[in-house]
Amino acid sequence: MRKIIKPCGFHCIKINNLGVTLQNQVILENINLHIHCGSLNAIIGKNGAGKSTLIRAILDDIPHTGQIEFKDTKDGKMQKLKIGYVPQSINIEKNTPVSVYDLIASYKGRYPVFFPKTKKMYQKIKEALTIFEAEDLIDKQVCNLSGGELQRVLLSMAIMDKPNLLLLDEPVSGIDRNGMELFYKTMEYLKNHYDLAIILISHDLDYVAEYADHVVLLDTKILKQGSVKEVFASPEFDQVFSTGNKENWMNKEENDD
Amino acid sequence: MIDWTSWLDYGFMRYALIAVLIITPLFGLMGTMIVNKKMAYFSDALGHSALTGIAVGVVFGVQDTNLSMVVFAVIFALLLNKIGSMNTASTDTIISVFSSCSVAVGLAILSKGGNFSKYSSLLVGDILSITKAEIGYLAVIFVITILFWLFGYNALNAICIHKTLAKSEGIKVKVFENLFAVLVALIVMLSIKWVGILIINALLILPAASARNISVNMREYHLFSLVFAIFSGVLGLMVSYYTNVATGPMIVIIASVIYFATFLYGRNERNK
Repeated sequence: MRKIIKPCGFHCIKINNLGVTLQNQVILENINLHIHCGSLNAIIGKNGAGKSTLIRAILDDIPHTGQIEFKDTKDGKMQKLKIGYVPQSINIEKNTPVSVYDLIASYKGRYPVFFPKTKKMYQKIKEALTIFEAEDLIDKQVCNLSGGELQRVLLSMAIMDKPNLLLLDEPVSGIDRNGMELFYKTMEYLKNHYDLAIILISHDLDYVAEYADHVVLLDTKILKQGSVKEVFASPEFDQVFSTGNKENWMNKEENDD
Repeated sequence: MIDWTSWLDYGFMRYALIAVLIITPLFGLMGTMIVNKKMAYFSDALGHSALTGIAVGVVFGVQDTNLSMVVFAVIFALLLNKIGSMNTASTDTIISVFSSCSVAVGLAILSKGGNFSKYSSLLVGDILSITKAEIGYLAVIFVITILFWLFGYNALNAICIHKTLAKSEGIKVKVFENLFAVLVALIVMLSIKWVGILIINALLILPAASARNISVNMREYHLFSLVFAIFSGVLGLMVSYYTNVATGPMIVIIASVIYFATFLYGRNERNK
């Protein structure tokens, strides 16, 4: 993989008092986050805790309250935040006539994808794919990629415009243990070699413990945030993830029978 | 010995040929997106709404029912789009309800007084009766569609693949979705008299669906869809002339044959 820039440590993204209410139901409230470039921030929580909603709110995809600021702490100047987003999956069914080139060119280019490929765009996409060792996939059909390959393609696309913030929904399907390991290794590489911050929705606490710099425990509001140690040792963490809870639930099922 | 060009001796056949040469590539193009976006239900419902549009025109005493038909279809398309984006109960059920409801209202009004036979040609369409002015309308919508395709296709494709991702790239998702819906409505309404309510959707879907069977990228997808659409259109018109069968159904029969052929071919290729 290729290096571009080192994180400078001076950029920070502030999310102030973010809240989302949909159809009179409070999904997120009072979210305050402070994120530095060069850090991997993991968001954890149960299903329905509002993790995906938080990402969509940051992307401005749903109506929300509060602001998102992006500042250079060295000179205090506000800048426009560029976000790279990697969805968990995309709507590509079997036999869809979309190649990796078509996929990326549709998002990144204006020249119609139904015309012959342009050399410039082809080269640009190939370069981006090379960072994740996915350059051989450029003419493959997207629907035939494995989960890990698709992930690498989407990552290449997300960092093409050199974003300040990378938002990811951790892949859950189509990726095996080795793939996950590779995925987190890539995250680590990205945060060390690029000037960007990463917010990652994570479902795997073992990997979070190993790789995250900052952990946010979410359940409508932020229950606890801090280093891995701080969050994992907190009573709030216990309450959400405690095995005790699980057993109670299982016992209850058994009793119901 | 049959004279293979004799069909072009008639003025109405020449007009029909020009109309086919405008309508079929339009359908071939629009179909690629309708199939990828899984909007077959949507375009079908739109086709059916033509009846209601005419009925509304009759009720309000509009001279040119084409106008009421187009206006109604555009409103109907935007409404369906809104419903589709609301994430409520399954969209196909709701579209189906709206579609049947509007057909029923249209049929009820148009059949009042036993006059429905006047409108029955709408069901099968009659491309041989097209006039010069009406070809002009088609040409206008043809140019609009080509322009929209050139400037908007990438965005439409991006939205189709992942809405949030498209939005994060600064693409105006709502604007493009509504423009596309309106364009489908316009095209369907302007060609429904010539193609017919019963089969218009087949013509929209079949060329693109056939192309999808054998294409691996966007360039092949568009090329094959256009070729299949124009080929079935022209051949269908010719065959209908010599066999004295309605043109629309003939075109659809040929398009269906192409679909099955590409389906089998594509399956074989993939299993290799």
